[in-house]
Amino acid sequence: MKVLVPVKRVIDYNVKVRVKPDQTGVDLANVKMSMNPFDEIGTEEAVRLKEKGAATEVVVVSIGPAQAQETIRTALAMGADRGILIQTDQDLEPLAVAKLLAAVIAQETPGVVVMGKQAIDGDNNAVGQMLAALLDWPQATFASGIEISGDTAKVTREVDGGLQVLSVALPAVITADLRLNEPRYASLPNIMKAKKKPIDIKSTADYGVDVANRLTVLKVTEPPKRQGGVKVADVAELVSKLKNEAGVI
Amino acid sequence: MAVLVIADHDGAHVRDTTAKTVTAACAISGDVDVLVLGASLSGAAAGAAAIAGVRKVLTAESAALGQGLAEAVTDLVVSLAGGYDAILTPATSTGKNFIPRIAAKLDVSQISDIIEVVDAKTFVRPIYAGNALETVKSSDAKIVGTVRATAFKAAGEGGSAGIEAAAVPGSAGRHADFVSEEVVKSDRPELAGAKIVVSGGRALGSAEEFHKVIEPLADKLGAAVGASRAAVDAGYAPNDYQVGQTGKVVAPDLYVAIGISGAIQHLAGMKDSKIIVAVNKDADAPIFAVADYGLVADYKTAVPELMEELARIGK
Ligand SMILES: Cc1cc2nc3c(=O)[nH]c(=O)nc-3n(C[C@H](O)[C@H](O)[C@H](O)COP(=O)(O)OP(=O)(O)OC[C@H]3O[C@@H](n4cnc5c(N)ncnc54)[C@H](O)[C@@H]3O)c2cc1C
Ligand SMILES: Cc1cc2nc3c(=O)[nH]c(=O)nc-3n(C[C@H](O)[C@H](O)[C@H](O)COP(=O)(O)OP(=O)(O)OC[C@H]3O[C@@H](n4cnc5c(N)ncnc54)[C@H](O)[C@@H]3O)c2cc1C
Repeated sequence: MKVLVPVKRVIDYNVKVRVKPDQTGVDLANVKMSMNPFDEIGTEEAVRLKEKGAATEVVVVSIGPAQAQETIRTALAMGADRGILIQTDQDLEPLAVAKLLAAVIAQETPGVVVMGKQAIDGDNNAVGQMLAALLDWPQATFASGIEISGDTAKVTREVDGGLQVLSVALPAVITADLRLNEPRYASLPNIMKAKKKPIDIKSTADYGVDVANRLTVLKVTEPPKRQGGVKVADVAELVSKLKNEAGVI
Repeated sequence: MAVLVIADHDGAHVRDTTAKTVTAACAISGDVDVLVLGASLSGAAAGAAAIAGVRKVLTAESAALGQGLAEAVTDLVVSLAGGYDAILTPATSTGKNFIPRIAAKLDVSQISDIIEVVDAKTFVRPIYAGNALETVKSSDAKIVGTVRATAFKAAGEGGSAGIEAAAVPGSAGRHADFVSEEVVKSDRPELAGAKIVVSGGRALGSAEEFHKVIEPLADKLGAAVGASRAAVDAGYAPNDYQVGQTGKVVAPDLYVAIGISGAIQHLAGMKDSKIIVAVNKDADAPIFAVADYGLVADYKTAVPELMEELARIGK
């Protein structure tokens, strides 16, 4: 069984973004970019499925600029087998990303798609569910556990109030939550090996799907700043301020 | 123009998040219907009908809807979508699970985490863990999105909308099957809507310590309990306690962070709280930059003192 893992190149999670003064977006010049952390979790899960013998091949797909090749290389160094880059400088909306992924899936026919629940830049938490809808596949989002036996996956999901277990017939789309696994660091030999693994470079036009944006970004602004930073000397002062100044207790 | 709000409820009651989403919906149109779906809707439908501004309540009952299965919810909502220009639901983990599926079936882009309705097609939403706010205008025929309830005031009560049952379509396509559920029942207020939240971080060091320190303080304040990702990952607290960019977003009147450093991802989930209290032994912890009242102290001494002081003022 083939596992397909979409991976996105995003601003590193440690970077605090700055809004551009002209309000057209955020400043991405010279900031550190990395693989979306949830996609590292997706890649790790796919590689583990292969190591356990439940999967035979792990294919990673990224949609983004030329530099997204580095993101694919990171996944290859973690143990994925090959990559596909759909190269574009356009900021695609989740629906367009899902349509491109659906077109890739029509060609690749994976047995399961394992992907991140959310990209930490757009924060949409949408592509996986949209992809499942377009393919008419079952979905199991926010996974903290995946057990595959034969052509079914039992997925434990993190939901409001606790955990839910679903059974999905494959093929299906599964999106990873934080607790699914702890992604490995690629070893130096594996990073070297990854350089020889194939990456297929495509363009959005190769897939003949409508990727036009439906949303226009009118402006990007900074959120209101919080006036914090006040310290209290001790617990008695804290309680007195909460009661008398803030009136919240 | 009409808007359909998919209710967040527990069967017996609609949650506050629903009334807040109705407020967002009313900013789009005066014709707001609420869809209450699930397995048994005893009180929730009546609760929805009593929200001021609601035109009509639709109910839909089936086992699959009760299990929150995205495929079933999508089939139902898509069957009703013809009558609506916008479909909204609160951004809970349930809502986030089905809304994108509905959007894709209707071939429209999704607007995630709406925090402001500028006009019927224009919305403000946070990106990059809330460090930037984008104003987007949709060119789609329909708006499909999730609403960050904490950004809206709850619509009042006093409505008297009629209640109608909607036809539930049979399941047509491939879908997931429900196996089991482990839902923790608690007498504490729910995290998402609580007026006071007490959260613990990695500093607590163990699940026992978390129970012993954080929970009694929460109970004394009548608060919900939250946690940082580090505390959840380490097993000190269950997953649905996680506050942050990738967990729950809360905006209580009072947020108390005990032994939490204040990473960007944690701040994303609580920085809109009215009053923030931080107890941390590191005077340079980033949490202090957003705290209204920061106490540099070891929680091991500070929390017991806090319990005593609260008792002294009659809490
Ligand atoms: C300043 C700025 C403004 C933007 N404004 C908008 C906007 O208004 N509306 C909008 O929809 N988008 C906007 N984008 C683009 C947005 O950041 C996302 O690229 C896009 O919307 C996909 O959503 P997401 O990454 O939040 O997806 P999510 O649904 O959060 O991603 C979930 C998963 O989908 C997969 N995935 C997502 N994108 C890719 C990809 N490119 N390649 C491979 N796998 C992928 C990953 O597995 C990921 O974990 C903007 C980007 C910037 C920089
Ligand atoms: C993709 C991604 C998503 C994430 N999503 C979230 C999210 O949604 N929510 C979230 O919270 N995090 C999230 N994180 C994790 C985040 O980056 C931080 O790692 C996490 O918030 C740290 O938790 P913490 O503050 O409890 O632990 P730490 O950062 O380790 O802080 C512990 C603090 O306790 C203090 N301390 C120690 N001992 C004591 C004592 N005895 N008394 C008082 N203070 C003490 C220390 O000074 C320190 O400041 C995410 C990370 C990634 C990569």
